[in-house]
Amino acid sequence: MTAVRRLGAALAPPAVAVLIALAITALLLTVLGVDAGTALRALVDFGGSAQGQANQLRTLLSGAVPLFLAGVAVSVAFRMNLFNIGVEGQYRVATVCAAYVGGELALPMPLHVLVIVLVAMLAGAAYAAVPAVLKVTRGVNEVITTIMLNSIAVGLAAYLVAGPFRDSTAGEGGNPTTRPLGESARLPGFQDSFLLLGLQPPTRPVTGFLVVAVVVGVVVALLVSRTRFGFELRASGANPTAAVASGIPAKAMVLRAMLLSGALAGLVGLPELLSEDYSYGTSFTSGLGFTGIAVALLGRNSVPGIAVAALLFSFLDRAGPSLETQGIPPSVSTIIQGTVVLTVVVVNEVAARLLARREDRRVRGRTEPAAVPAAAAQQGEGRA
Amino acid sequence: MSSATDAPAPPAIELRGITKRFPGVVANRDVHLSVARGEVHALVGENGAGKSTLMKTLYGMHVPEEGTISVDGDVVTLRSPGDAIGHGIGMVHQHFMLADNFTVLENVVLGSEPHRGPRLDVDESRRRILEISDRYGLGLRPDAVVEDLSVADRQRVEIAKVLFRGARVLILDEPTAVLVPQEVDALFANLAELRREGLSVVFVSHKLDEVRAVADRITVLRRGTTVGTVDAGAVTSRQLAELMVGSELPVAERAASTVTDEVGLAVRGLTVERGGRRLLDDVSFEVHRGEVVGFAGVEGNGQSELVEALLGVLAPTAGTVELGGEDITRTSTLRRRGAGMAFVPEDRHRQALLLEAPLWENRLLGHQGSAPAGGRFLVHPRAAREQTARIMAEWDVRAPGVEVRAGALSGGNQQKLVIGREMEARPKVLVAAHPTRGVDVGAQSSIWGRLRDARAEGLATVLVSADLDELIGLSDVLHVMLRGRVVATLDPRDVTPEVLGTYMTGAAGDAGAPTGEDRP
Amino acid sequence: MTVDTSERTAVPASPGRRVSRGRVLLLGLAGVVVLLSLTRVVTGADVLTSSGTAAALLVLALPIALAGLGGLIAERAGVVNIGLEGMLILGTWGAGWAGFQWGPWAALLAAVVGGALGGLLHAVATVTFGVNHIISGVAINLLAAGFVRFLSELFLVGRSGGGATQSASIVGSVPSLSLPVLSSGPDLLGRLEATRLPVLADLGGLLGGLTRDVSVFQIVAVLLFPLVGWLLWRTRLGLRWRSSGEAPTAAETLGVDVVRIRYLAVTLSGALAGFGGLFLVLFAGRYIEGQTGGRGYIGLAAMIFGNWRPGGLLSGSLLFGFTDALRLRAPDAVIALLLLVAVVLLVLAVVSFVRHRRVATVLAGATGVVALLGWLLLDSLPLQVVATTPYIVTLVVLAVASQSLRPPRAAGLPYRRGQA
Repeated sequence: MTAVRRLGAALAPPAVAVLIALAITALLLTVLGVDAGTALRALVDFGGSAQGQANQLRTLLSGAVPLFLAGVAVSVAFRMNLFNIGVEGQYRVATVCAAYVGGELALPMPLHVLVIVLVAMLAGAAYAAVPAVLKVTRGVNEVITTIMLNSIAVGLAAYLVAGPFRDSTAGEGGNPTTRPLGESARLPGFQDSFLLLGLQPPTRPVTGFLVVAVVVGVVVALLVSRTRFGFELRASGANPTAAVASGIPAKAMVLRAMLLSGALAGLVGLPELLSEDYSYGTSFTSGLGFTGIAVALLGRNSVPGIAVAALLFSFLDRAGPSLETQGIPPSVSTIIQGTVVLTVVVVNEVAARLLARREDRRVRGRTEPAAVPAAAAQQGEGRA
Repeated sequence: MSSATDAPAPPAIELRGITKRFPGVVANRDVHLSVARGEVHALVGENGAGKSTLMKTLYGMHVPEEGTISVDGDVVTLRSPGDAIGHGIGMVHQHFMLADNFTVLENVVLGSEPHRGPRLDVDESRRRILEISDRYGLGLRPDAVVEDLSVADRQRVEIAKVLFRGARVLILDEPTAVLVPQEVDALFANLAELRREGLSVVFVSHKLDEVRAVADRITVLRRGTTVGTVDAGAVTSRQLAELMVGSELPVAERAASTVTDEVGLAVRGLTVERGGRRLLDDVSFEVHRGEVVGFAGVEGNGQSELVEALLGVLAPTAGTVELGGEDITRTSTLRRRGAGMAFVPEDRHRQALLLEAPLWENRLLGHQGSAPAGGRFLVHPRAAREQTARIMAEWDVRAPGVEVRAGALSGGNQQKLVIGREMEARPKVLVAAHPTRGVDVGAQSSIWGRLRDARAEGLATVLVSADLDELIGLSDVLHVMLRGRVVATLDPRDVTPEVLGTYMTGAAGDAGAPTGEDRP
Repeated sequence: MTVDTSERTAVPASPGRRVSRGRVLLLGLAGVVVLLSLTRVVTGADVLTSSGTAAALLVLALPIALAGLGGLIAERAGVVNIGLEGMLILGTWGAGWAGFQWGPWAALLAAVVGGALGGLLHAVATVTFGVNHIISGVAINLLAAGFVRFLSELFLVGRSGGGATQSASIVGSVPSLSLPVLSSGPDLLGRLEATRLPVLADLGGLLGGLTRDVSVFQIVAVLLFPLVGWLLWRTRLGLRWRSSGEAPTAAETLGVDVVRIRYLAVTLSGALAGFGGLFLVLFAGRYIEGQTGGRGYIGLAAMIFGNWRPGGLLSGSLLFGFTDALRLRAPDAVIALLLLVAVVLLVLAVVSFVRHRRVATVLAGATGVVALLGWLLLDSLPLQVVATTPYIVTLVVLAVASQSLRPPRAAGLPYRRGQA
């Protein structure tokens, strides 16, 4: 298959899934007495004024960054058939640790940010090590352990921020937070650069972490497709028995994949920390881990796909206020997101089967002309 | 009851003009088969001739595009196994269809359970099973868990399953593939009982000596169509074989010995103990360069464990493995491969291939750390593609290109790719488990030829196989494994499959003239 | 399903000696009661075995147990149902929405139907379209969470005090029963509890709480467990059901309609989870967003703990319900549990040491010592940590129990009709 055809084949299922999801949602809305047309129009409404539009674009881009990172984190584990549902808890733990360390330290700008990023990645990896070790030593299914750890993370973080990690410089009363980051840790963003695109600068900048996200994306994509580790990762996911027989150490791979996934998960909370909140507290946005799973599924575990999916989900998220002004329940966007996830996995499966059958036919039809029945009977007899 | 030559009674089963197509291929074309009452009728043909497909049609697992099926003279349509069962046709599959965690009783009654309202009537089930067991001499224990049973016992459970449902025609698909000669005799005794009771048996096989021993008439299938039906007493195996292949058969040539003095692989005292059981018990042997050492044994006597221990997947409890003088007992699979060990596994789908990945990625599997296609940190897709194309050309792997999914290839081509990939690394030692299982005859003889060539060039090979002809034809020395130990070491020139079978089941005592390590 | 890193054993898993399962369960329960009694006496935390705790424990255990039962019947048919949390959520919403308008019986109906719809969706995705079971389950959980918010915004907002995240209060009440002499009237069990004697008082408290003023719904729920056991192991349908999970291709060749059984199983599993959601709503008095709190997953853990059998599942759920009840009613008493946990872990460490299992000895020993130190040194556990008790307990139980269990052989594996 040529590159263009392959690209088309890769894009088609998610695109089809999105369309189906929109259709189902429209149907659902009509059945429940909501005006589907108004809802869909409100979805794409970017606002009347140029300033409003720029702001919406800013929200879209800034919102997509953590979703992208979460999706990449989930996808690395997914490649090995490991379900890291624990991204949610991992980024919470990572953020509270990074916020604490960042707040207590004072270092020159690049170093300060670097330390925060490192702490976040280490904390995320460490928290992901728990389900990994349990799986490797006790054979415990990682789906349930990671979900339990998500809930434990909520309590753990709450305890830490109210206790040892609490901002010592703040007074009593009010909600506990970690010490706010100093100026040297506050990441500049993209604001005036909007002028380059012929748009008004938004009132708040797009997070500078966007750069980091792009770098992470490129690195992970190369890692998976071009390195030996990436090959072993994919092989272990596709056929664990064959991978072991070919020399790939199964347990070590599980650990490596989960640790990498956890480290990447640790980055998910940083855009918010470094560009908006500057501390960990009640303003912490949760739920990104779960959306990350949806993004990874929609993006079919490939970095470019995840990027598009993240933008799509962020696009749907920011439609909330405009839906509300039109009198439509803002959770319509959540419905679309949920439906998209389900339809995309179904469409993926159907597409994979169709492709496999077509290829089977192509191969069988062209090979072994003298022993044509032999090949077919192999299929019937079961190729042992 | 009526014998095979009783003309007036309609045949128990008659297939006329059956044609079955799959996407891109024709599996059966204009097949005719007629089985009389109280007859054992054999259906023979080489691997890939269409026997299994035909039987699946007879059992209602798929519907043929053309042709008719008649039972006792009446034309019937069979759309599901349920229909076939309803007409008294029962099938014992080559790969048993049993639930390992269930008891014999549960497996036998499933789908046709004696019941009182919604409740399963266990007592009635047990009574009926024991009745069948006694009548046909099957020796069943209803409350035994299937997982604990031997292969021959499981086969008898499968037979009981079809008899329980009132089958009058039994289809046995390659029933002796998993049995040793002594168990085959027991099976044939059971079949004789069935015939005495007036049942008919369709016996699908490619083992011609057995077929001639048990069948009344034989129908030969070649390339999906019937070539002819003969009386078993009137043909020789050789004539049958020629009917099957359609030409002169190649004779298994024993080439001149290429065994050198240099030891390629040395195994001493290898023991694997798990849960109190010794799966491998003090196994010692040497493989010289230019030698093929064969291991015979009934499945489950330690051969798989031996292969896995050699590969490094199973950690031994005691003993050493030396590759070219270097102790590799504790090294990882990765290092062993790097040191020159290659592996052709018994189940290529599970152990050697990524079915959904393109062929060039499969080429990397097992060799992703070696240049030029692999490396310490990076892999090189372009080099991998080139190498794959070369392997495909050299080993006659037929596929449109290197981007094709491995799962789309036929069994023979997949196996050729796997072997080609392993040999490409110029290994010093090859561990081959059932290398031609499920492979059509053309690919099989080509693989044998290449293995002989490699042996002549100095390869040390460990060959594990259930195909006794393959073992005898390829090996320079034969070890027999029973219950994890090497119980006999034989010279392949002096043994026949029957003698080998006696050693494999432990019935040999100290008969024969083995050399070296013979254990009582 | 997922990567298998289990220790490679070449021996079949269950050797001959089969001690009666019922006897093992009873012994286990007796052991637990004795341990609790000792802990109560040592730490003085009466609430550990009080009847109030026991009553709460039943109510809180049932959502977990029912979700777990749903998971059990689905996996016994060969389908892994991670989406139970979502079906639980749908059940709570249905119960809340119907409950404040028409009372508890309508709530029951709506809860069951809501959960069943979720189950049906999972069945369509996995059985008809062959989607990976875990992915489908996770997707359904995501969808359900968003869906109920949407439905709340449409149907709960502004009605009798409801909002986007909770419904109005449930109206009406559910009839309840007590044991005649033991827990009502002369109330012998209550008297026993008041004596505060070791073991006897604990039995009085626990049994009394479990049998006093038990609602009809709870009775029905508990009866479902032996019913499912009878169904799966004593009926024809049950044999076919289990064969769909053990060897679906073999079953198909014998005429079993695996597809239909799986559809039935998965839809029913959703219905059971929905039923469990009803109890959460009755406990809180209304639907509240997020009230499921991961109980669908804990239910799956209970199922694994129970080795895919209803009796074990119920025991596991009672354990989790107990930790849940304790941390909600008496968070200060949770620290008493720490002593119990420490003792159990240290015993496990000794057993592992005797059996030469180094890793297990180190793990159990280290955590046991930590738990013991914690109990000795701390006055009370921070509230936020106490809130995580059920989840930690789940983790520990899974870590200990996972290796020696046998799930249905074909659960989670891809299956298509006509594969034979």
